[in-house]
Amino acid sequence: MSNARSLIADIAAAIAAQDIKIVDLTNILSPDFPVIVLPSEFGQCEPFRMETVSRYDANGPAWYWNNISMNEHSGTHFDAPAHWITGKDAPNGTVDAIPSQDFFAPAVVIDISAQAAADEDFIVTRSFLAAWEQANGPIPPRHWILLRSDWSKRVGALSYLNLRDDGAHSPGPDADAMRFLVHDRDCVGLGVETVGTDAGQASHFDEPFPAHSILHGNGRYGLQCLTGLDRLPTFGAMIVAMPLKIKGGSGSPLRVAAMIARA
Amino acid sequence: MTGVREKRDPLARKKLRHVPPELRSRAMHALSARAAQGRFVLQACTECGTATYPPRDACPLCWGELNWQDQPNGGKILSETSIRVSTDLYFRDHMPWRMGKVLLDAGPVALVHLHAALRSNDRAVVRMMTDRGGNAALFAIPAGENDLMSDPQWREFVVPIEGRIALVSDARNAIGRAMVKELQARGAELVVAGLPGPSLASDTTDAVLTLDRVQTIPLDVTDATSVAQAASRIGGPLDIILNTARHVRTGGVSANPHFAEQRRAFEVSAMGFSRLASTFAPMLAGRPNGAFADILSSAALSGDAGQAGFAAAEAARHSLLQAFRHEMRGAGVRVMALFTGPLEDTDHQHIPPPKVAPSRVASAAADALLNGREQTCVGDVAIDAMERWLTDPALFAREKNL
Repeated sequence: MSNARSLIADIAAAIAAQDIKIVDLTNILSPDFPVIVLPSEFGQCEPFRMETVSRYDANGPAWYWNNISMNEHSGTHFDAPAHWITGKDAPNGTVDAIPSQDFFAPAVVIDISAQAAADEDFIVTRSFLAAWEQANGPIPPRHWILLRSDWSKRVGALSYLNLRDDGAHSPGPDADAMRFLVHDRDCVGLGVETVGTDAGQASHFDEPFPAHSILHGNGRYGLQCLTGLDRLPTFGAMIVAMPLKIKGGSGSPLRVAAMIARA
Repeated sequence: MTGVREKRDPLARKKLRHVPPELRSRAMHALSARAAQGRFVLQACTECGTATYPPRDACPLCWGELNWQDQPNGGKILSETSIRVSTDLYFRDHMPWRMGKVLLDAGPVALVHLHAALRSNDRAVVRMMTDRGGNAALFAIPAGENDLMSDPQWREFVVPIEGRIALVSDARNAIGRAMVKELQARGAELVVAGLPGPSLASDTTDAVLTLDRVQTIPLDVTDATSVAQAASRIGGPLDIILNTARHVRTGGVSANPHFAEQRRAFEVSAMGFSRLASTFAPMLAGRPNGAFADILSSAALSGDAGQAGFAAAEAARHSLLQAFRHEMRGAGVRVMALFTGPLEDTDHQHIPPPKVAPSRVASAAADALLNGREQTCVGDVAIDAMERWLTDPALFAREKNL
């Protein structure tokens, strides 16, 4: 293991020398960052809230701090297997129990930005992935699959949640694509720029919410509301994604970073 | 916000607003509490039946016990005068001030504020108003249809809407939407319609939100940052706030509790009230006729087992409103409560009639402003609730939660 020890030293040196760049893939967690909207018969996601306790004032003359509150699934956030009913019995399915080895994993970036720009309801299918592998090479096992849709560039605009009278419109995968990524490519999880791993209209699919259902049912994870995926290479990025250690938590806001080689 | 800013010398010292003298007897406060409900009541003797004014602790004729009774509000002007000099800071700002003596149809002779058109021997209608300091005051106006708003003295007792700038805190729900429409129709210079997120594509084409003299801003009363940003976006004068935000959900305490909804009800009704009031209070205080009108559920009075969290949040809101009224009294800002029962909206689909149309709440709110009425009940359910609560609060609470 002395090899691994020198490897850590090499990485530290490379980060210090900026040969390894750290790319922040996290949106700013703010009260006005949109959260997912469910049909009104279901309980809703509370957005991030912040109230100042003191700011160098009578309530605390030398210190500044805030009380914050939020749903586990607000801002850039992590979905644990227990988030979905299919993953309710997954071993170590809550954020406090997930093996920490899983917080560090390489990523494959699949660029669907052109397709999503042309079709807001673009669906990533099994055949799309086959064609993608033809062009880019096979997706290696134990990788995060990151869907680069450029949706993060819409943050702050109506078109981010993209709610219309018939619900949200945003891209995502279908069930066959998810089964392929989970069973044939053994992915760590799926990371997206949209507010959910599933497409905006995924509740109407023949197999509804395929990303949530299939990922979590097989002990895989989700990352949502990512940004900056356009700065990552197709292969070769290392993702660091560590959710808060919330007892029995179904997910958590988190800081997501990627290590990439200097261009 | 654009286009409607009044011009003011930026170097001039801000005009300090005053309120009429505030010290009153306990009997007079009892009258004020009734005047706040828009009632014309005087004390009458339980022994000799004589009505008396001003309020007293015993009948001035026979020392009999007095109780409050609704009275006819007509009268005849006996004399009139114009006050041109006063040492009182409030009245100095409004000289000359007309007053007169009126022989009330109810019996007593009263000193009243006098409308500009009234002369000695005229018949008059006497209105029981609350002055800028929140105390009861009699105001005589000519009988029949009148353009009351042209009388500067009358305007001191009410909240004009025409030419004013108003904020509706939540224009996404049915009451808020109706309120925007109503204030715009009543001639407000600008109605700022607050919209909690998420924004919808349809907001930009909505028939009410795109009316002339209506502007939308993002505003979520559950978010202190959003409220502060809304205040900075409005920036300039703001005369009237209509707080229409509410979160109506069914659910009990131990039976079918939904704590996320319960918490949200408190965040909107109670904490939302505080955030809105504390942020906008200084803007209202600088205005000559500032007002904060709050829409409350009559469930605030008694609790409601069917929607326990919502009712509790509304009760908390009512309590905060009383404190806010105290705080704003010195600045002459009117803090008004409008109670309503179930509305004809998507929140109350499970409740059978009688229900109140949101447009009726909106029109009642406008009337409350224009008449300076501190407390108004809209619709049969709220009127009935208030009557029963005033008569026997313990019985009412029991009946509402049987």
